[in-house]
Amino acid sequence: MITIIDYGAGNLRSVANAITRLGYQSKITSNPDEILSAQMIILPGVGAAAETMQNLKALDMIEPIRRFIAEDHPFFGVCIGLQVLFTGTEEGGWHECLNVFSGRVKIFPSGLKIPHMGWNQVKQQDFHPVFAGIPDEANFYFVHSYYVEPDDKSLVAGETEYGIPFCSVIVRGNLVGTQFHPEKSGEIGLRLYDNFIKMAEGVSC
Amino acid sequence: MLTKRIIPCLDVKNGRVVKGTSFVDLRDAGDPVELASFYYTEGADELVFLDITATPEGRNTMVGIVERISEQVFMPLTVGGGLRNINDIRRMLKAGADKVSINTAAVLRPELIKEGADKFGSQCIVVAIDAKRVESNSQPHWEVYTYSGQKPTGIDALAWAREAVELGAGELLLTSMDTDGHRAGYDIKLTRTISEAVSVPVIASGGAGTLEDLYQALVNGKADAVLAASIFHYGTFSILKTKEYLAKRKIPVRI
Repeated sequence: MITIIDYGAGNLRSVANAITRLGYQSKITSNPDEILSAQMIILPGVGAAAETMQNLKALDMIEPIRRFIAEDHPFFGVCIGLQVLFTGTEEGGWHECLNVFSGRVKIFPSGLKIPHMGWNQVKQQDFHPVFAGIPDEANFYFVHSYYVEPDDKSLVAGETEYGIPFCSVIVRGNLVGTQFHPEKSGEIGLRLYDNFIKMAEGVSC
Repeated sequence: MLTKRIIPCLDVKNGRVVKGTSFVDLRDAGDPVELASFYYTEGADELVFLDITATPEGRNTMVGIVERISEQVFMPLTVGGGLRNINDIRRMLKAGADKVSINTAAVLRPELIKEGADKFGSQCIVVAIDAKRVESNSQPHWEVYTYSGQKPTGIDALAWAREAVELGAGELLLTSMDTDGHRAGYDIKLTRTISEAVSVPVIASGGAGTLEDLYQALVNGKADAVLAASIFHYGTFSILKTKEYLAKRKIPVRI
């Protein structure tokens, strides 16, 4: 069972549809009590990081999510769901985020079309089970104006180029975060979710 | 490197895909859910659905269609046509659309762009602009038309494009009414003028007849994506053939 966090924004339906297509069951929740009992969590993201943080706070989700991750339960952050894991974001001034990892969320340099929107390649930095069956430099669908810059470079599992090279995938233990949207990245994206779920099910067995 | 997007556009009327010439003379080209799955398998980068049904019943049909498509197709979906307010936008996003395209409603009430961007994020607000060249001796310029290209507004397309982006549009879908449906090429000058003036991606639309036309819109028109309907729906070119052609001419595409 995959728990998808609903914080009032985001296109949850596509994430849930992707999980269903892969043959798994998902549950959408905005109840903080259901976080810690979850087998695995997907934190989807569309919109603004500051608003996402506000919504998570209003729902009393902050501490349960931090604890879930600290205990190394399987967690997948998508787009804004990746960005909010860091110390803070420059989006709309400076807003503090979950601070699971030390690092900043920054805007792309000027002169580029913003948002970075479309299909772009992910260079795999290391082999990781989440990339099983996915060729290096495969294209994934991105739509974002900010990117994460982790202080600890060993977090970076995938990198993408848009004016500058930026971190597009992080992996740490049972946590995966992607700047792109696997649920919008065709069969390759579905494969990535499938890899994560298989990895997560291995953990809980 | 970010690839250029190839986007089939499906005009939907009463639940069926249609495509006409210069906004009239519609021909039936199939079932939207089937066509969406077809283009997904073929490797289209994104799909745009424009609901040209002007009735509330038609709109409800469209919501159902978007729901069914998003269950089968895991690629970005943009839905437009007849979206008037925040509730209409919310309904489409909830049904599974990733972006909504607004046109007439945004011209009538530009704050809708800001409201949508504030509520759901700029990335899902596409402003569609239908522009027609104005004959004059000075610099070329284009006028914005609303209501599916039927009503001239007197608004300058370049000024409107800038304003829309200022208000929070995350992308512009730019259709030349002069070239649309004629399959003789995009309006390169219009596309380039708008694309160079704004900081967000621009989708060129209207006039694709050959693969060279797509190439021209991307290179000389500086578009970030190209949209076409008839050349794909009637099988003149497959998505793969299109991309192979562009790749050969050094355009970054996803194959």
